[in-house]
Amino acid sequence: MDAETLPVNAVPRTWRPPRMIETTWVRWAVTLAVLLYLVLAFGSVEVNWTRVIEGISRAGRLFAGFLTPDFVSRWEDIQLGMIESLTMTVTSTVAGIALSIPVALGAARNIAPMWLYGICRAIIALARTFQEVIIAIFFVAMFGFGPLAGFLTLSLATVGFLAKLLADDIEEIDPVQVEAIRATGASFWQVIDYAVSSQVKPRLIGLSLYRVDINFRESAVVGIVGAGGIGATLNTALDRYEFDSAAAILILIIAIVMACEYFSSFVRKWTQ
Amino acid sequence: MLRIEALHKRYKTGDAALRGVSFSVASGEIIGLIGPSGAGKSTLIRCVNRLVEPTSGKIFLGDVELTALNKTALRQARRRIGMIFQEYALVERLTVMENVLSGRLGYTGFWASYFRRFPQADIERAFAVLERVGLLDHVDKRADALSGGQRQRVGIARALVQEPELLLVDEPTASLDPKTSRQVMRLITELCAERRLAAIVNIHDVALAQMFLPRIVGLRAGEIVYDGPASGLTPEVLTRIYGEEDWSKTSAASGDAADEEPAHAHGHHAHDHHHDRDMSAAVR
Amino acid sequence: MPVITTTAGQPVTWRLRTRAQQLAVWFGWLALVALTVFCWRVMTADTIWAFVEDAPRQAADIFGRMLPPRWSYANNLWLPLWDTLNIATLGTALAILLGTPLAFLAARNTTPSVMFVRPIALLIIVSSRSINSLIWGLLLVSVFGPGVFAGILAIALRSIGFIGKLLYEAIEEIDESQVEAIRATGASPAQVMAYGMVPQLLPTFATICVFRWDINIRESTVLGLVGAGGLGLALEASLNVLAWPQVTVILLMILATVLLSEWITARVRAAII
Repeated sequence: MDAETLPVNAVPRTWRPPRMIETTWVRWAVTLAVLLYLVLAFGSVEVNWTRVIEGISRAGRLFAGFLTPDFVSRWEDIQLGMIESLTMTVTSTVAGIALSIPVALGAARNIAPMWLYGICRAIIALARTFQEVIIAIFFVAMFGFGPLAGFLTLSLATVGFLAKLLADDIEEIDPVQVEAIRATGASFWQVIDYAVSSQVKPRLIGLSLYRVDINFRESAVVGIVGAGGIGATLNTALDRYEFDSAAAILILIIAIVMACEYFSSFVRKWTQ
Repeated sequence: MLRIEALHKRYKTGDAALRGVSFSVASGEIIGLIGPSGAGKSTLIRCVNRLVEPTSGKIFLGDVELTALNKTALRQARRRIGMIFQEYALVERLTVMENVLSGRLGYTGFWASYFRRFPQADIERAFAVLERVGLLDHVDKRADALSGGQRQRVGIARALVQEPELLLVDEPTASLDPKTSRQVMRLITELCAERRLAAIVNIHDVALAQMFLPRIVGLRAGEIVYDGPASGLTPEVLTRIYGEEDWSKTSAASGDAADEEPAHAHGHHAHDHHHDRDMSAAVR
Repeated sequence: MPVITTTAGQPVTWRLRTRAQQLAVWFGWLALVALTVFCWRVMTADTIWAFVEDAPRQAADIFGRMLPPRWSYANNLWLPLWDTLNIATLGTALAILLGTPLAFLAARNTTPSVMFVRPIALLIIVSSRSINSLIWGLLLVSVFGPGVFAGILAIALRSIGFIGKLLYEAIEEIDESQVEAIRATGASPAQVMAYGMVPQLLPTFATICVFRWDINIRESTVLGLVGAGGLGLALEASLNVLAWPQVTVILLMILATVLLSEWITARVRAAII
């Protein structure tokens, strides 16, 4: 056992560092494929350099706009857009949560019967498939321009987001607690109240607060296609190359998102 | 060889972890450091290689004053000090060999180490210590695929491959069962004897300390309350270190005849009440 | 908070909350309802309800026009599809290059300065995250003109914050004992990072990147709506001329792309874990 008594060459002397992909040809094939893709991709990206160079001075103006934002000259529009965005955020979050709780219960395999599970999962899949903007285009076409279309878009998106995560969460609850409450002779709704809701409530609160945040950010986007909110104001400002007004709007968005995050971390601590 | 003079450590929270600790370790000497949780054992050995910065006091390794070194010089000094950790502290997603070779990082340039191009001499050193600790069959396994005892032997190999003069050993057996604990302690003491290494071994299992370590330093609330041979750990001394308790079964002569035979004595309660972690108190 | 009152002669009563707590809870709910109603009133002040009543007929009309899809149009979509993939992939790659160092600057345990560098890194991360990639697209199209280039930058600028945030949180949750062990060998700071931290972070890092790539595929399909290239450009063009049968084809194409990217993501994630 003693190292000094053994001949030295009994011990192996070479070592190769481990590699991510052990087979040599696969490693080369992957590297080549990546290189080939990069060449093709960069080759197909047409960059109009004269425009980019023109753009750099505009980028400078945009950046300068961030240092000297102009809240004043477009204040009326900004105010209107912000009010639309904020009211849209509040109403769509509340409506979205209210709708997603029943959908989530229906989409949890351990609670809902098979037919209901199928329907609710289909609703979730439908609500999640397309980007908010695409849905907004359709709602604008149906309900006309304005924040109502935005409200409907964001409510639907909230259902897709919240109902899915909540349903997955309900499916992972501790079945022993459900069994214990059911064993006392509790009715279906009593089981939901005592065994299920108590387990998923903290997560529901956390996700809802997070969704307030997302809905506000998205409310800025749906305005681009005419569904109301600050996005329309921003679009106009950028169309006219008013970078200082645009910067003011962006700063407001960032500030409100930061305030939301601060507020939600506060609420989360308070509810625990 | 190692000399510690009037070492103080006060954490930012205001907790005084060490209050004027002084002792020295001769070349090739092994010291057991015992004491209750929060006595400052972990802080003390971390002050030696300055993973924890001491508040005041001096530490000499040979002629080098460790406490006065700048960053680069400190890194060079750390190469002479091997460290073994309580929860192994292996990089779990690296292989055994990479973990052992990481002991040579202080001698290797960044890019060479990044591409795992270590000098042939280092690789031979690594194989030699892996053979010594009996892990030649596991060279290319990932560290998290090993058992506790095997992981600790990788940790020992990583410290040895540095070819250090001093070993700092922090609770080497805290997460091991009694049999493996003894094997690991035996390995460490044998290695120290073979290579004439000095070592400071933090250990909270008094019986184990007495079995393997000739000299014991007892620490209580950041102060040395005992420094002498293991045979001197009488019930009175243990009371001084740990506080009031029935020590008659644990102390020196009567020893731990009851659980002397490791092979038959697996995971019984004598071990359990030692499972608290000194670390949490030290970094609090 | 359970409250048990035992007054002589009276039965023992138990309430989950005290009267004051109960009042506070009711008041909270009332405030929420009032706020919602108020917001609803403000929001719908200018709504033309005649249009809303007309909505079902409009919907039936649109869906009627969308069918049958004009399948032959699919042949015009291969180039936009390729652009969409490039916007997402190159944008993600750029974001990884910029977001990774940013994460190390933002993490409490790796930042060079908690006082100065960390707040700046966090500000960059929150700014990038607050602004949707479509808004970034709007901004960049107005600066650099329409095209794929603006799209790539838009995706990258939005993703920097995402990758930065998730990665810096992972860095802060790292197992410090492994880092300490490497530091104790006398390794340089760069080596401590490469040996003690990177191996721990690699799986999380890969998951974050693949996750973001999946999101970016979705987002790049609509970036064209603001002129930043890809399938959205074709969608915008078809909507402008009310070519609904083409819109159907584009939407199906988007759906197929998203499903494919989801499938790839799931495969890659399974391979990592």
